[in-house]
Amino acid sequence: MRAVPALLLAALVAPVVLGLWQTGRAAFGIMPALGRETPSLEPWRQLFALPGLGGSIRLSLVSGLGAAILSLLIALALVQALQGRLSAARAARWLAPFLAVPHAALAIGMAFLLAPSGWIARALAPLMDWTRPPGAASVNDPWGMALMLGLMVKEIPFLMLVILAALGQVPLARIMAMGRALGYGPGAVWLRLVLPAIWPMLRLPFWVVLVYSVSNVDMAIILGPANPPVLGVAVTRWFVSPDLAMILPASAGAILQAGLAGAVIAAAWGAERLAARLGPAWLARGGRGPAGAPGWMAGAVLRLAAMAGLVLMAAGLLAMAALAIWSLAFRWPFPLILPEAWSLNAWSMTAPGWRRALMTSVLLAGTTASLSLALAVAWLQAAPARMRAEWLILLPLLVPQIGFLHGLNVVFLRAGLQADLLAVGMGQMLFVFPYVLLSLSGPWRAVDPRLMRTAAALGAGPWRRLVAVRLPVLLRPLLTAWAIGIAVSVAQYLPTLYLGAGRVATLTTEAVTLASGSDRRVSGVYASLQALVPLLAYACAFVIPAWWHRDRRALAGAFR
Amino acid sequence: MISARLLALALGLSLAAPIHAQTKDWQAVLDEARGQNVFWHAWGGDARTNAFIEWVSAQTSQRYGVTVTQVKLSDTAEAVTRVLSEKAAGRDEGGAVDLIWINGPNFLAMKEQGLLHGPFVADLPNARYLDLSPEAPASVDFTVPVEGMESPWRLARFVFVHDSERAPEPPRSMAEFVTWAEANPGRMTHPAVSNFMGATFLKQALVELAPDPAMLQEPATPETFETATAPLWEWYDALRPNLWREGRTLPENQGVQQQLLNDGEIDIAMSFDPASTAAAIAEGLLPDTARVFVTEGGMIGNVSFVAIPYNAANKAGAKVVADFLISPEAQAHMQDITVLGSFSVLDPARLDAEAQALFDALPTAEALPRLEDLGPTLLEPHASWMTLLTEEWSRRYTQ
Repeated sequence: MRAVPALLLAALVAPVVLGLWQTGRAAFGIMPALGRETPSLEPWRQLFALPGLGGSIRLSLVSGLGAAILSLLIALALVQALQGRLSAARAARWLAPFLAVPHAALAIGMAFLLAPSGWIARALAPLMDWTRPPGAASVNDPWGMALMLGLMVKEIPFLMLVILAALGQVPLARIMAMGRALGYGPGAVWLRLVLPAIWPMLRLPFWVVLVYSVSNVDMAIILGPANPPVLGVAVTRWFVSPDLAMILPASAGAILQAGLAGAVIAAAWGAERLAARLGPAWLARGGRGPAGAPGWMAGAVLRLAAMAGLVLMAAGLLAMAALAIWSLAFRWPFPLILPEAWSLNAWSMTAPGWRRALMTSVLLAGTTASLSLALAVAWLQAAPARMRAEWLILLPLLVPQIGFLHGLNVVFLRAGLQADLLAVGMGQMLFVFPYVLLSLSGPWRAVDPRLMRTAAALGAGPWRRLVAVRLPVLLRPLLTAWAIGIAVSVAQYLPTLYLGAGRVATLTTEAVTLASGSDRRVSGVYASLQALVPLLAYACAFVIPAWWHRDRRALAGAFR
Repeated sequence: MISARLLALALGLSLAAPIHAQTKDWQAVLDEARGQNVFWHAWGGDARTNAFIEWVSAQTSQRYGVTVTQVKLSDTAEAVTRVLSEKAAGRDEGGAVDLIWINGPNFLAMKEQGLLHGPFVADLPNARYLDLSPEAPASVDFTVPVEGMESPWRLARFVFVHDSERAPEPPRSMAEFVTWAEANPGRMTHPAVSNFMGATFLKQALVELAPDPAMLQEPATPETFETATAPLWEWYDALRPNLWREGRTLPENQGVQQQLLNDGEIDIAMSFDPASTAAAIAEGLLPDTARVFVTEGGMIGNVSFVAIPYNAANKAGAKVVADFLISPEAQAHMQDITVLGSFSVLDPARLDAEAQALFDALPTAEALPRLEDLGPTLLEPHASWMTLLTEEWSRRYTQ
C-alpha cells in the first residue's frame, strides 16, 4: 500500500517526460521515419523563419496572461462580493454548469453570441436599424479579445471554487474582524490579509490556469484569430501540414510552447517573490486611503470586477442556451432573435453519429473517472499527510498538451499499443486523475479525526474504518470528485485526437470538427450533448448524497 | 509520362489476358475482405458526404461483408501524419488508416515518401468504366501521374455562390472581383489559404491572370513562379482591403464561409460541388435566393481519389470499397441531387445501357446548374504551385 503514491507518480510523470523527449528529439532534427538521423538546429531555424511566429507568440502571451490575471481578479472580487452569502457547497452547485460545460462547447456558443450576426447584434439590430450584420470583428478578432472572454468564462468559476475551498482553511471571520477593527475597508482587508493567507493554496491552480490559457487549442480554433493564430493552434496546424517535413519545425514549436508556459510560470513566481519582498513594508505603512473613504480604490476596482464577472457568467449561460436553441432550429437568419422555423432534423439526421460518440464518451468518462477515484482513494489512504512530491501529480497539467502528446503517440506506437479506446483512456487518465485527486484531497484530510479514532477504539481495522466510516462520510466529496473526472474526460480534445488517431470519435472531437463545418445546428447537437453528460454527473453528485443521507443533516450537503 | 504509358500498356494487357484469371484474383480479394472493417479517413465537415459514406458502408456490408467506418478528419493531412508517425514507430503492418480521401499535395507527399500501397486501380473490376488514358482526368492528380496508386471517386468543380437578392450582379471574371468588392466593401471573403478551398480561390485567379497559363502545368521554379504570380499579387493587393474584415481574418474553410453567407455577413461564397447550393437551400443552410455562378473563362476542376496506405491493416477490404465507389450504382447514387450531387467520374462512353439508365433516372432540381452552364473545366496547376502559393501568401499577408 505504501508504494501506491510512488507508483502513481511514476505513471503520471513518465509519459509526460517520454513524450517531451520524443518531441524534443524531433525538434533537434532526429526523425528516422523521414530519414533524419543526425541532430541539427535546422528545425529551429525553420521555425523562426515561419511567417507570423512572432505574432503567434505575442497573441498567446497577451490573451493567455490577460485571461488568467483578469480571471483571478474577477474570481477574487466575486467571492469577496458574495462573501457570507455563498457557502462552498452552494457555490459548487451554482458553478457546476460552468465547470461541466467543455471548453469547445462553450466556445461554439460564445462564438454565436458575440459574432456580428450573433445574438447580441440581433438584440441591438432593431435599435441600430441594422438589416445586415455590422462589419465589426467581434469574434476571431486579431487581438484575441473574444478568445480571452471565452477563456475567462471557464476559468473564473474554477478559480472561485479554489478560492472558496482555500477560505475554508483560514479563520476568515477573525481576519476580517481584525482588519475592520483596524480601520480598513473590506476590499483592503482582502488584499492585505486574506489574499496572502490563502495564496499558497491558490498558487498551483493558478499556474494550471496560466498554462492552459497560453497554450489552449480547442477554444482558440473556434474563438481566436486565424492569421496568425495563437501559438498552440499554429503548432497544431504545422503538425498536420501536407508537407511532412514540417513535423520537425512543428516539434520545435511544441517545445517552444512548453518553454513559453515555463516562462509564464517563472514570471508568476517572480511576481510572487517580489510581492513577498515588498509586501511587508507596504503593510507596515498601513495606508488607509483618504479619510472618510477607507480603501475606496480597492473597493471600486473589486466592485467593477465583480460586475464584469456577473456579466461574463450571464454571457456563458446565454452561450449554452444558444447551443440548445440552434440544435432545434431549421433556419435562423439575421436579425431574428429566435429561429424562423423549428425542427428536430438536426437531432434525428445525425442520430447514428451522435449515439456512437455519446457511447464512446460515456464509456471513456465512466471508466477513467471511476478508476481515477479508486486510485485517488488508494493514494490518500497510503500517502503521508504532507508529501513533498505531491505537486508532481500536476505535471501533466503544467506542461502544455501539445508539447508531449505527439511524442507520446510515438512512444505508445513503439510500445505496440493500438490507437484505440485503451490508448485514449490511458492518455486521458493523465489529466483526469490529477483533478480527481486534487478535489478529493481537501475533504479527505478534513474528516474529523475523532470519527476515525472512535471507530478504531471500537475495534474496527483500517479496512473497516475506510469502508464503514470514511467513505460514507465522504460520499458527497467522492461523487463530486467523480463528476469532475467525468467533466475532464469528456472535455479532452488533443489527447483523444492524437492517441486515438482520430478513430476514437467522442462528443468533443466531433464537436470541434463540426464547428469547422457549415451546419451550426449539428454543432449545437454535439455541443449540447457534450455539456449534458457532465451536467448529469454533477446532478448525481448533488442528488445521491442528499437522498442517501436524507436523515443525516450534517452529511446531506448540498440540499441542507 | 513513361509510367503512365506503362500503366496504359498494363491495362491493355490485363484486358487481353484470359478473363477468368482476373476474376479469380478478385475473388481472392473478396474472400480476404469478407468480415473486414475499413477505416476510411475522410474530411468530415460535410454532413451529406458523411451520410453517403454511411450508405456505402451499408451497401458493401450487404454485398461483400465489408463494413466502413468513417474517421472524420478536419484536415486530410491528419491521416498523412498518422501514417508517417506509424512509419516512424516501425509499424509497417496493421496500420490504423485503411483508406484516405486524398488528392493534390497530400497525394504527392505520400507518394514521394513511399507511404502508399499499389498500384491497385487496374485490378479493380469496375475500372473498366474509367477512362485511364494518360491524359484523362482520372489519371492525373494536379498534373502528378496517378500511376494506379489512388482510385477516383468523385468529380469536383470549383464554383462561386452568391445571394441573388443582396448581390444580383456578381463578378464575371476574377479581375472583376476587385471592382465588385470596391462597390461592396466587406461583403466577400475567401477561406484561409492553408485550406484547399482558399488555395483554390488563389489558383483560379492565377490561372486567369497568369501571362502564360501553360507554364502552370510544369513544376514551378523560382523564376516561373515570380513571372506567373506577379499579376496575381497585384490583383490581391487591390482586392484585400475590401474583403470582409479587411482580409485580416479569414474563415477557416468553406463550411464556415457558407455559414457566413447564411448569416448574411457576406454575399459571395465558394464551393467545390455545383450541387451543394441547391442541397443547402433544401436543408435550410442557405437562403432561398442563393445561386451558383462561374467566371466566363471557366473554372478549375479536379477529381477526388481514395488511396490505401502501405501499412493498412485491411487492404483487401479497402480495395473492395474503392471498387464499389466506381460502380455505376454508387456513382449514380452519388450524382443524385438529393444525396450528394457530385458528378460521376465514369466515362459515359464506357457505360452499357443498363448503367446509363441509372443516370438517366436521376431527379433534377431548379437551383441545380446544368452542366453546360458551368462552362469549360480548367486544369489544376501542378501541385508544386499550390505549395509555393500558400507559402508566398503567408509570407506576404501574415502579420
